[in-house]
Amino acid sequence: MKNALMPKPHRIINVEHETNAEYTFRVECGDKVEHGQFYVLSIPKIGEAPISVSSKGEGYLEFTIRKVGRLTEGIFGLNAGDTVFMRGPYGNAFPVNDFMHKDLIVIAGGTGLAAVRSMLEHFYENPREVNSLTLITGFRNPDSVLFREDLEKFRDKFRTIYCLDNTEAEGFKKGFVTEYIKDVPFSTFSDYNAVIVGPPEMINLSVKECLKNGADESRIWVSLERKMSCSVGKCGHCKIGCIYVCREGPVFNYAQAKNLID
Amino acid sequence: MEDMILTLMEKYRVYAPKRYPDRSVRYGEVNTPSEIAADEKSHFSPKEVYLPIVQTIFCFKNGRCEEREIKDDRDILIFARACDINAIERLDTIYLKNGGVEDFYYKRLRNKVNFILIECSESFESCFCVSMGANKTDNFIGILRDGKIDTESEPVFVSENKMSVTIPDIDESIEKDIFELKYWRSFDNSCVGCGCCTAVCPTCSCFDTIDVTYNETSLDGERRRVWGSCMREDFSAMAGGHNVRNRAGDRMRFKVMHKIYDFYRRFGETHMCVGCGRCGERCSKDISFPDIINTLSGKAEQLKAEGGANQ
Repeated sequence: MKNALMPKPHRIINVEHETNAEYTFRVECGDKVEHGQFYVLSIPKIGEAPISVSSKGEGYLEFTIRKVGRLTEGIFGLNAGDTVFMRGPYGNAFPVNDFMHKDLIVIAGGTGLAAVRSMLEHFYENPREVNSLTLITGFRNPDSVLFREDLEKFRDKFRTIYCLDNTEAEGFKKGFVTEYIKDVPFSTFSDYNAVIVGPPEMINLSVKECLKNGADESRIWVSLERKMSCSVGKCGHCKIGCIYVCREGPVFNYAQAKNLID
Repeated sequence: MEDMILTLMEKYRVYAPKRYPDRSVRYGEVNTPSEIAADEKSHFSPKEVYLPIVQTIFCFKNGRCEEREIKDDRDILIFARACDINAIERLDTIYLKNGGVEDFYYKRLRNKVNFILIECSESFESCFCVSMGANKTDNFIGILRDGKIDTESEPVFVSENKMSVTIPDIDESIEKDIFELKYWRSFDNSCVGCGCCTAVCPTCSCFDTIDVTYNETSLDGERRRVWGSCMREDFSAMAGGHNVRNRAGDRMRFKVMHKIYDFYRRFGETHMCVGCGRCGERCSKDISFPDIINTLSGKAEQLKAEGGANQ
């Protein structure tokens, strides 16, 4: 019988320091993964935690991890050639097929950008699959900017608004992402989708701002983060009402998400 | 009866409610018939037999993860009452069905489980199994009667309890109002979040995962899962500090709604609660689950009369 909780060892190919608190780990893995899915990463002796896939390629996956807890601190101690244990992929994914040939707006706060990065890369490589792509992403300050190279190249094919909470810098506006949602011309799009990822409060405020600017709630998609101890619908931590974020999520249409009361 | 148990023990590991030196009645392995405390309701449920409080998921040794095998090939025989026998079906739903994944560790113990029915000649003080439809079962291979195992007779079940509940009639029109009732705030101060109610509940299934090492310098250790409790403050706290249920009342609502609404809505058939009444018996603050259910029924009725407008 299959043991869903047994992780497998994977070799770390490379570690990229995005910021002081966020590293990207490239890990050997040939799994087929959809945009928005996650893995449970673990280090024996320390524990495990759900981490979203931030990029995928031939024979590898990338995870961009923010050092916030015991496990992530442990992972930061790993180097190329070391082993990390993984199980997955878990969760649903962004409904990329529904996004095809429509306008797409992606609003990402901080490390939330990691969860949409592989989808952004896909549309960067296949720009004809969307009518237009608007990326609004914000960071705390210049030192906390993620994926700098990607952000630069995205400017060529996407409509981009990059911002920093309290500072102005070259290529970055000052302020929160929510302040720039009014610049999205929702009313001119014939058919569109908006994807919002980031900290819970940022998601709430961004959704509000989108609705205020005329966006339809059923065209808004959010990715929810919850505590998980198993990711296979057993441990109960991520349950909200009658749904389990690990199985039916983490991506939800806002028309459904708005009714979820933790 | 001595012979009967001895015969059973050749084929089964036998578990029954036992009186412990601290005067609690809990499930444990029995070796002699006199150990079985069949005349009172056990303080803890039998779930710990097939869903252990602490369970090793795997050992890590020399950088590898290895499952630990079960050494005993005997089946498991549990002396249990109807409510507790019905409870295993609720746990089956979570561990074998939910999310389309069968849990390896649950299944391998669960498959060994057989029950001997302990009949309830009359209902205990806090039971409300009849209201929850969990007073009857046919999932047993024999009945404990007069100190013998009876495999011939028809079982006797209670048909009324001293306590009864009315399940609130909740639908989408008032769901949000029910979740946001001011009533839940009354638990912010009354509930201390100790998790006693979930520990004694025969249908609570949540767990946490922890890693342990055998000693400080060793790389070898094991990953374990340990019963969790949604009543504990850290149940939904994430690394970085975010917590979706900060108040005791939110956690009470989360538990209550799972037991009498969410579970049924997700899976159909039955509610999660089997009405054993242990949660209220163990609560140091005398919070009564049947009272909560009946209060909610009243609130639901009121909300519907008002057209779901307000609380």
